[in-house]
Amino acid sequence: MTAAIEALGVEKRYGSLAALDGVSLEVREGEFFALLGPNGAGKTTLISALAGLTRADHGTLKVMGHDVVTDYRAARRALGIVPQEIVFDPFFSVVETLRFQAGYFGLPRTRALDAWIDELLANLALTDKADANMRQLSGGMKRRVLVAQALVHKPPVIVLDEPTAGVDVELRQTLWQFVRRLNAEGRTILLTTHYLEEAQQLCTRIAMLKQGRVVALDTTQHLLTAFSERVLRVEVAATLPAPVAREARKSEGHWHTFALHDTTEVESRLRWLREAGVTPSAIEVSEPDLEDVFVKLMHR
Amino acid sequence: MTGFLTLLTKEILRFWKVAFQTIAAPVLTALLYLLIFAHVMAESNAAFRGVAYDQFLIPGLAMMSMLQNAFANTSSSLIQSKITGNIIFILLPPLTHWDYYFAYVIAATARALAVGLGVFLVGVLVAHVPVAHPWAILAFALLGSGLLAALGLIAGLWAEKFDQLAAFQNFIVMPLTFLAGVFYSIQSLPPVWQAVSRCNPFFYLIDGFRYGFFGQSDVAISLSLSVTVLSFLCLSAVTLYLIKSGYKLRH
Repeated sequence: MTAAIEALGVEKRYGSLAALDGVSLEVREGEFFALLGPNGAGKTTLISALAGLTRADHGTLKVMGHDVVTDYRAARRALGIVPQEIVFDPFFSVVETLRFQAGYFGLPRTRALDAWIDELLANLALTDKADANMRQLSGGMKRRVLVAQALVHKPPVIVLDEPTAGVDVELRQTLWQFVRRLNAEGRTILLTTHYLEEAQQLCTRIAMLKQGRVVALDTTQHLLTAFSERVLRVEVAATLPAPVAREARKSEGHWHTFALHDTTEVESRLRWLREAGVTPSAIEVSEPDLEDVFVKLMHR
Repeated sequence: MTGFLTLLTKEILRFWKVAFQTIAAPVLTALLYLLIFAHVMAESNAAFRGVAYDQFLIPGLAMMSMLQNAFANTSSSLIQSKITGNIIFILLPPLTHWDYYFAYVIAATARALAVGLGVFLVGVLVAHVPVAHPWAILAFALLGSGLLAALGLIAGLWAEKFDQLAAFQNFIVMPLTFLAGVFYSIQSLPPVWQAVSRCNPFFYLIDGFRYGFFGQSDVAISLSLSVTVLSFLCLSAVTLYLIKSGYKLRH
């Protein structure tokens, strides 16, 4: 099967700074893939190179098997990008903006296109703003129009570069619901985000970038198992008896953390504590989370 | 083809939606020049032999307005898109360098022709203007607008800020147009300044355009046409190369 996105030894330097330092990764068709990393890790540079906004110094990038330099027209047709910055053309209304964007991708105005635009507007809660000038929209609405613009030519590969930055909860949910549906229909999604819980919930595989290099590339489940764990946290006012203290994974003030293999172990752990004469005043069970994975990988 | 036609439509709508500013305003400016200069210079010998000064001035003003507006259209469109960031909307689609070049140049030429026609129409209310060679009028109008549209694209690509573009306009385009014989025949200048004027490619545009109306010119029409075609082809080649290479667009 053709990879939806293929990066092979991609390098990009800005002066002495290596924004991308030999990035190789593959996103399979139909995947919901996260590209994570701190600011300046190279995520947006990689996306820009994929979109042809930046030219890589070395290496190759392909979208649905089409090289982004030698076969740029086919590569760009296959790609829909939601840029990080909110930009708009103040000369046009929402629906004009979408019709123009479709036209640039070679789609003439047809009934089918108008129907698809209506569907996009409805799914992104923009129907009542269809004829409003772009200047009149709020920031969140402008971002939704950017999403619609990226989807208007029905690309098989969709790249969302921090689409929920500064967006309210309701819109986030609307957006994710829609993007999930597009993914279920077979479209490949590449997401970058600083909200790690979003990546954990949505994405099946994750690549983490650090200083222009891929430091992790695995399924979300494997990364969670390898770098994070389920824990029981208890609050105890008194000092812990020595045997209990030795078992604690970490202790911060009155809070002590114990590892759990699975959720059923909570009961036996609590019983063990009680038998050791420890009475917690509060308890918390935390599932493995991507933030742990992220912090560990970035500080390695 | 749909991609190119869409970009062309967008570029035409961009100036048409603000036609008061992009077409009516330059026509008014040209009319003011015409009224004032025609009054002040009525007795001068700056025009061709046998041609009244106001008659002589009208084609010059029309061409000057066309050149300035063709330049303004492409350069302002590009710089605005670059500064606001919405240039990304045309960089992401599968458009070729030919698509960009022709869409921008044809739209700018359309605006220039609208302005030129406007200046001519208000001009004929002031003075009678003969039409000796319509082919020359059309050829120089199209080539001149296309030339300045291409120059505007180069300036728009190069400039990163509005003041850089303004400098390009005020220090290159404006002097070259004003000193190209809009307001006088270069025959009325001392020999040194005649020679200097002949180094200005815009001079040939205005002289050739004027030939279309009066059937007389400062230099041979074949020379004007050759210089104009050659300049247009050279600038177009440079523009196409810059767009294709992604100069200041794709880093």
